Amino acid sequence: MTNESATYAAIEAVARNAYGRLIAFLAARSGDVAGAEDALGDAFVAALERWHVDGIPQKPEAWLLHVARNRLIDAARRNQVRQRSEKFLQQIAEEAETVAAAHEHFPDERLKLLFVCTHPAIEAAACTPLMLQTVLGIDAARIASAFLVSPAAMSQRLVRAKSKIRDAAIPFCVPDPPEWNERLSFVLDAIYAAYTTGWESLMEVSSTLHALASDAIAIGRTLVQLMPTEPEAHGLLALMLHCEARRAARYSSNGEFVPLDKQDTARWSRPMIDEAEKHLLTAAAFKRIGRYQLEAAIQSIHANRAVTGCIDWPEIVLLYEGLAQIGPGIGSLVGRAVALAQAGNPAAGFAALEEIPANRIVNYQPYWAARGHLLQLLNQKVQARKAFTRAASLADDAALREYLFKRSAGNI
Amino acid sequence: MKYALLVHESQEYFARRKEPGSIAAGRAYGEALQAAGVFVGGAGLESPQAATTVSVRDGKRQVHDGPYAETKEFLAGFAIIDVPNLDVALEWAARHPAAGHSSVEVRPLLGSYFAVGGNLPS
Repeated sequence: MTNESATYAAIEAVARNAYGRLIAFLAARSGDVAGAEDALGDAFVAALERWHVDGIPQKPEAWLLHVARNRLIDAARRNQVRQRSEKFLQQIAEEAETVAAAHEHFPDERLKLLFVCTHPAIEAAACTPLMLQTVLGIDAARIASAFLVSPAAMSQRLVRAKSKIRDAAIPFCVPDPPEWNERLSFVLDAIYAAYTTGWESLMEVSSTLHALASDAIAIGRTLVQLMPTEPEAHGLLALMLHCEARRAARYSSNGEFVPLDKQDTARWSRPMIDEAEKHLLTAAAFKRIGRYQLEAAIQSIHANRAVTGCIDWPEIVLLYEGLAQIGPGIGSLVGRAVALAQAGNPAAGFAALEEIPANRIVNYQPYWAARGHLLQLLNQKVQARKAFTRAASLADDAALREYLFKRSAGNI
Repeated sequence: MKYALLVHESQEYFARRKEPGSIAAGRAYGEALQAAGVFVGGAGLESPQAATTVSVRDGKRQVHDGPYAETKEFLAGFAIIDVPNLDVALEWAARHPAAGHSSVEVRPLLGSYFAVGGNLPS
């Protein structure tokens, strides 16, 4: 490795490990995420220039922070409007120096950053992208492709959100109990949204979208470190890991979609399932049930098929009922109906499907697939075919569409 | 950090603002802002029918009766408060008596970009 590529690799490693922490540290003090990003970007450029000459510093984060704070001060000097903040920036700088010199580990303020990114004052469509960009340092173009919007539109959305944080002075703090549960749910939902966005496109394992699922799990792991006593954080991570463990099994070797209960369990990732189970167990010890723990528990029962060879559907029905009590999402209503049918009562399952308000299911593909499946169990072939065709027409994954058409034709 | 709390009320609630209950609630809210030391200024507004709009174009003053457009909701009052950050401003907005039926827009005043020590020059 040449000196330069060694420097580059070192910077990349630091960037990967410390980017979110450095952004969080700077932004938590200035209230200005975009300013922190600019300053840190400049610091990385300076590192590229200096480190292969001077060697990689002992505390790379402290070095970067030192340069970044100088950039922040320069920017404040250039900008008359922000002149009054100069003294304040000086104060940040001193604090940063102290922190860099005194601590072995750089302070972690990413939790505050996560709460800011998912603050209800920020446009909902910006929350997950903003989190991915600031916490993990993923570039706007990649985020844009994952969310199926143009890079320009995504950049604009992110810029708007950062301006809002700065101009409206959204505080960098962890909310207190009355708001805690709701605000935490925003953080969890944003992470899960990143995961499901990555999950939805399944075929291209190497695609941006697949990487997004891994990114979401990375944030999930960080969240568990940042709030080890919050059961829902463990629950969310367990849920994502259970789903991720099955990625390779979702398609047969010739690219055909394989439904969960037909998947070859040998192709599931054992280490990921074990990690998921560990977190679910940790969560259970706190005895505070929540949406993500329940969803993870359902996935855990499916995962158990690898050991027992069968699925405990009655238990899944109970878990879906728990979910419906917390807040009936359309997904859990459909899941409950299927579980009822699989537990031996297709008529009750179908009745449960019929109870779902019509306006919620018009374009919801899983509903129509479930309806087809239940009608097939009830031997209503014509109706089943119609439902599967409708489901197929709503599927955005080619392999899934093909599978649903096959079921529609009665071939499976 | 200073924020304007802009109260947008529907015609229906606007018509009820002079009822004793509304007046008492408004007064109590103003007193609470003062007691907390966050009140900078503010007032309820007369109806849009009492408004006159002025603009200057090519050096010529143009005066119109009323606001620009007929809307279902209109600005019924405002308060300017000085609080540390948006979350505190949102708490105060939620306590506004009109928040229960109408909506309160929370808008930062143009000024410092920094939440900490970000007072407006007076």
